[in-house]
Amino acid sequence: MKQTVINDHSVKTMNLLKLFSEYNPLDDKMFQVMDNEGRVQEPKYLPEISNERLIKAYKDMLFARTADLMAVSYQRQGRMYTYPPNFGQEAISGGLAVVMRDEDWFVPAFRELGAWLAKGATLKEVFLYFIGYEDGTVFKNAKNILPISVPIASQLQHAAGLGYSIRYKNEDSVVYAVVGDGGTSEGDFSEAVNFAAVWKAPVIFVVQNNQYAISVPFKMQTRSVNVAVKSYAYGIPGIKVDGNDLFAMVKVLNEASEYARAGNGPVLVEAFTYRRGSHTTSDDPTKYRTKDEEEMMAATDPIDRLRKYLVANNIYDASKEDELLAQFKKEVERQFNEAENYPAYPLENVFKYTYVDMPDDLKQQQIEHEKFLKWKETLQ
Amino acid sequence: MEGDLAMKVMTMVQAINNALDIKFQEDPTIVTYGEDVGVEGGVFRVTEGLQKKYGVNRVFDSPLAESAIVGSAVGMAANGLKPIVELQFCGFVYPSYNQMISHVARFHNRSRGRYKMQMVIRFPYGGGINALEHHSESMETIYGHIPGIKVVIPSTPYDAKGLLISAIESEDPIIFMEPKRIYRAIKQEVPEEKYSIPLGKAKVLQQGTDLTLIAWGAMIREAQKAMVMAKKDGISIELIDLRSIYPIDRQTIIESVKKTGRVVIVHEEPLTFGTGAELTAIINEEAFLNLEAPVSRVAGFDTIVPLPKGEPHYIISPEKIYYHILKTMKF
Repeated sequence: MKQTVINDHSVKTMNLLKLFSEYNPLDDKMFQVMDNEGRVQEPKYLPEISNERLIKAYKDMLFARTADLMAVSYQRQGRMYTYPPNFGQEAISGGLAVVMRDEDWFVPAFRELGAWLAKGATLKEVFLYFIGYEDGTVFKNAKNILPISVPIASQLQHAAGLGYSIRYKNEDSVVYAVVGDGGTSEGDFSEAVNFAAVWKAPVIFVVQNNQYAISVPFKMQTRSVNVAVKSYAYGIPGIKVDGNDLFAMVKVLNEASEYARAGNGPVLVEAFTYRRGSHTTSDDPTKYRTKDEEEMMAATDPIDRLRKYLVANNIYDASKEDELLAQFKKEVERQFNEAENYPAYPLENVFKYTYVDMPDDLKQQQIEHEKFLKWKETLQ
Repeated sequence: MEGDLAMKVMTMVQAINNALDIKFQEDPTIVTYGEDVGVEGGVFRVTEGLQKKYGVNRVFDSPLAESAIVGSAVGMAANGLKPIVELQFCGFVYPSYNQMISHVARFHNRSRGRYKMQMVIRFPYGGGINALEHHSESMETIYGHIPGIKVVIPSTPYDAKGLLISAIESEDPIIFMEPKRIYRAIKQEVPEEKYSIPLGKAKVLQQGTDLTLIAWGAMIREAQKAMVMAKKDGISIELIDLRSIYPIDRQTIIESVKKTGRVVIVHEEPLTFGTGAELTAIINEEAFLNLEAPVSRVAGFDTIVPLPKGEPHYIISPEKIYYHILKTMKF
């Protein structure tokens, strides 16, 4: 079956379509450059990344993992509230980190730690958010990023609108919007992809298929053989890519963004991965999956794979990794301490952002509450 | 009645599970589904064990789509099933609001009674558990405001079981809001056998003569703490658990107000257009001349529920209820 709807592409977008037809989602083929042992199986598709950039990408993924695992332990110590672990999915954010430019928009869900950091969010902010401050999702020094979005798939609509606005303003950016596999069942997913397609909006929809929506496995989420195949229904290109393979992620995101920037419209990228941790710290995965499965999927780990590649190709000296990890842990601890020592949440911050122009009624509610607080101090 | 029955100490989660179990045994047309309700037994474990006992055709995980969870229940009800659907959190209900307001609430009217929408839509609501955004809100008014749907909120394990059994048996569609803050915080002796509590009836939890205090859900416990404070001032308070947001039990409220002449209403949801406004209007209509003071409302601010570090500002404290009781008494 051919995707006939796409007909006004440049030479570069032809490359993308070639790649996509070679890995046609209808055949349930998954695009992979590097195998589990870090051996390159598709040299022609190995993206051009300097060794320096590659080492940075690896270290960023390792830093994100260090922070993520420590976040879970902070939560266990009661120092942070509910947290959604990224463990095992770092190459998806890692790929986005390599490809995203400042002017590109990033539309998060809630499990893309590495991508937030790459966009310019600080770890301290991320911790602040999960400690319970809205200030932590402002990402004030990050360019073109929306706040964390919890209602599943709802953020994709915003991506379609951002895409439209980019075309309208004739900007050179693209939008990267992330959702999970469960999110593809929501009406919002279909509506957003369709809007972006009709508008030819430059949006790369990245589905992190980590195979579980809390406890519900992918095969109970959809009868489709994969997520990417759904792209046919919207008349846009789609590809299933090994989300644990940094090279495959970078290659696909690069091609997709060129295609979208050239005015061809959105692309659906299914990044196949495995959530090695729990859905959130409130969840217990032993209720719905086996140890055997977890071990089998651990063998596809994105960071181990990239390390094997880097070491085998003499790009990176892994013997100093313990030192590096110790340094990362110190940095994470430092930022967490800063977040933990953040000033107390003042009453006025409950009120002052609800409206730009605060109604008198609401001002009065704050005044009345302050009166109550004064009275309360007089109690015993 | 309770003396004759075997009792068991239960949390609200266990009492709801027990009500479901009893109805599942009794009525093969009942099914339940939603996100993670099957294998996992729900994120709060309300449906735990039911899939094992009644099979995957009756207790199952749905794809992640709230609109379809509620919308498909309409079709099931039209063909004689009695779906009980779970929506995972109060803040994730909204994709299904269209189905509630456009179909669940209207099918009976639209078909001139041909199709009954016998279903229960359950979801946890309310603050106080240090949750992420969208997990802490109380929005009973937006459901109570839909003509064609009844809205129930229990405040104890005992009531949760009896009200849920009535809700399942009701031929009208019921939204059953579960105050998750007290899902496990209150343990109570609950009869193991089946019993039901009529819908639309408030419950006088304590008799009093000076002031009527109206609350529901998790606010009952806070109201009771405030009553302990007020007792030192010698104020005799009548505490009413509304239990049903719609229909409102006018009779119980008016009888109480006629006796006390003073009213404080407590709700977690935002003040403006909240359930308290409706209650105040009813009191004005039916007991205006009995009032000794304006009806006082203790409610959530008209703001977004803050994230956990700001939530203590938002959550209604027993002290704040006590403050309003004193103000109303001194008026």
